[in-house]
Amino acid sequence: MSPPEDAPTDGTALSLDHVGVRFGGLVALDDVSLRVPPGRIVGVIGPNGAGKTTLFNVVCGFVPPTSGTLTLDGRPFRPRPHRLTRLGIARTLQGVGLFPGLSVLENVMAGATHTARAGFAAALFGLPRSDRDERRLRERAREVLAELGVDRHAHASPATLPYAVRKRVALARALIARPRLLLLDEPAGGLSAEDIDELARLITTLPTRTGAACSVMLVEHHMDLVMSVCDHIVVLDFGKVIAAGTPAQVRDDPRVTEAYLGAEVIAGETAGPAPGAPDAGPGADDGAPDASGGAPDADGAVRR
Amino acid sequence: MTQSPYATVDARPSPLRRLLPPPPGAAGPRGSTLLRHLVLAVLAGAAVVLLTNQLEPYRNLQVARVCAFLCVTAGFTILVGLNGQLSLGHGALMATGAYTVALVQRGLDGRDLRGQWSVPLSLLLAVAVTALLGLVIGLAAARLRGPYLAGVTLAVATLVPAVTTIFTGVFNGEQGLPFPVATPPAFLGAYFQPERWLAWIALLAALLTMLLMANLVRSRYGRSLRAVRDDEVAARLAGIHVARTQVLAFVVSAGCAGLGGGVYAVLTATVASGKFPLELSLFLLMAIVIGGLGSLAGAVWGALLLVALQDLPALLTEAFTLPGGLAQRLEGNLALAVFGLILIVVMLVAPGGLQDAVRKATARLGRRRPRPSR
Repeated sequence: MSPPEDAPTDGTALSLDHVGVRFGGLVALDDVSLRVPPGRIVGVIGPNGAGKTTLFNVVCGFVPPTSGTLTLDGRPFRPRPHRLTRLGIARTLQGVGLFPGLSVLENVMAGATHTARAGFAAALFGLPRSDRDERRLRERAREVLAELGVDRHAHASPATLPYAVRKRVALARALIARPRLLLLDEPAGGLSAEDIDELARLITTLPTRTGAACSVMLVEHHMDLVMSVCDHIVVLDFGKVIAAGTPAQVRDDPRVTEAYLGAEVIAGETAGPAPGAPDAGPGADDGAPDASGGAPDADGAVRR
Repeated sequence: MTQSPYATVDARPSPLRRLLPPPPGAAGPRGSTLLRHLVLAVLAGAAVVLLTNQLEPYRNLQVARVCAFLCVTAGFTILVGLNGQLSLGHGALMATGAYTVALVQRGLDGRDLRGQWSVPLSLLLAVAVTALLGLVIGLAAARLRGPYLAGVTLAVATLVPAVTTIFTGVFNGEQGLPFPVATPPAFLGAYFQPERWLAWIALLAALLTMLLMANLVRSRYGRSLRAVRDDEVAARLAGIHVARTQVLAFVVSAGCAGLGGGVYAVLTATVASGKFPLELSLFLLMAIVIGGLGSLAGAVWGALLLVALQDLPALLTEAFTLPGGLAQRLEGNLALAVFGLILIVVMLVAPGGLQDAVRKATARLGRRRPRPSR
């Protein structure tokens, strides 16, 4: 059942307890526990191949956890991708992930497919019930597009729009579902500094949006953004949580610096793998957190 | 259903997408979808009825055949164009509908149940049976992509004719099944042209198909079909059940193919598996691609083309008095060659198909604000 549509909420509480994911011999996530409290913004950071996207894929049901449990609002939760919006969870994809064959408005309307009430017969015979659904969706889509300042592109095809606008449309497609938990997968990727500032402002308002407040879980490489918007940050490396806390705590944690910059920076020029590195893990010693490494892609299913 | 961790790896957008027209303008019409489409259908129907009153029997049969093919292409373009699934088996689905009609008509006649209602009833059953077959194929199709899907549907295309030759007792092998069809009702007069009556039956079926498909395309189901075609992962996250949507597309298009096949059988009052060879499935696919994938207007172009090319050899023989041997050789191959040639030319000149070319031309003429290109 869909949640009551206009009921004010503080967002949903999500928790992961001891979640593990293995792809054959490769450990993508190892005993990961984290909580997204209602109305909070939680960031997940870590070097490439750390398991951030796998974590999202577990929450979305694309990847079944091999161990551990997920809890949504205190209830055990076995996610399936197409049921998420019904449970009040929406996710944006890395990159853009818009439907190229649909107009901007249609893209956003698609995000609230679960709210449609008319069935197949009503659609086939063009009954007023189906028309009402469409009108309502169209109105809502326009509202969300207007809220994000891109409503003048409603009838454009996504391919003709600048990247930053497309990212906003993708966000609008997630927001039209009125999620109580929003999963943002690298929302700042490919954006200019100016766009990122605006994005940061937008994200911080999400937990207090009138009538549609939501908790936010954010996977991001862009440190400034994560540090400025998140209440709580979880750092992953080689599938393990290596640090967690407030932005200030995480920034000062030597383990985080080590994960990002490699053991060499800390311990001098000592050769050999970083301590605690599993056997087949992708290297994280190239320094730049957002360098797209050619490392084996342990994150599996959804990669853009 | 548990998802394999790699289940989405293969979720690439179909290469067929390149051939598609730009997204339909989503400017929301205010009024009732049904009313709008109904008015269009009635106008189109009235025009064709007036036309059939002017035509000689042979031309009326051609109109009827266009209408029969339109039932098929309208559903087929939704499967291939809007949902991005490929089928090489729609000729066989037509055959299924045709045989259903033949068997039902014979069964009714054998029990002395005759009347004008028998054709609609058997057509309805043809839709039901074919939709059911479409459900079975669709369930397999939802797990397959690209060449594998083509392979399965190809198997269907060869399987259905094989079934008719194996169970000779029921389907009468390659000789086929002749069946009785009710003559035009008495109130039309004793000398009413039977071909005109057949054209009207086919027209009604085609209009009904177009009406329902147009409604479907404008609804959220139409949007979901296209969303699934474009990006399966994003579609699932938007709350769309991808597999169910794909199966639905197959069922709908199969039902349309069954109706078209059934109408086709009614026109000739006989059905034989030789009328539904593998080439027919290929022709159907070429027709909707040339007409403009995903567009119902393109399906009309496709249906016109199918009949035109079927009749091309006869036309040439008539016009140029070709020697018998050459005419015979042309009979089998000319349509395929011409179809292939047209396909290549259309893909080079207007990759979006005839309907897309027409739309662009009218947009240029009307100096309208051009719609966004893909």
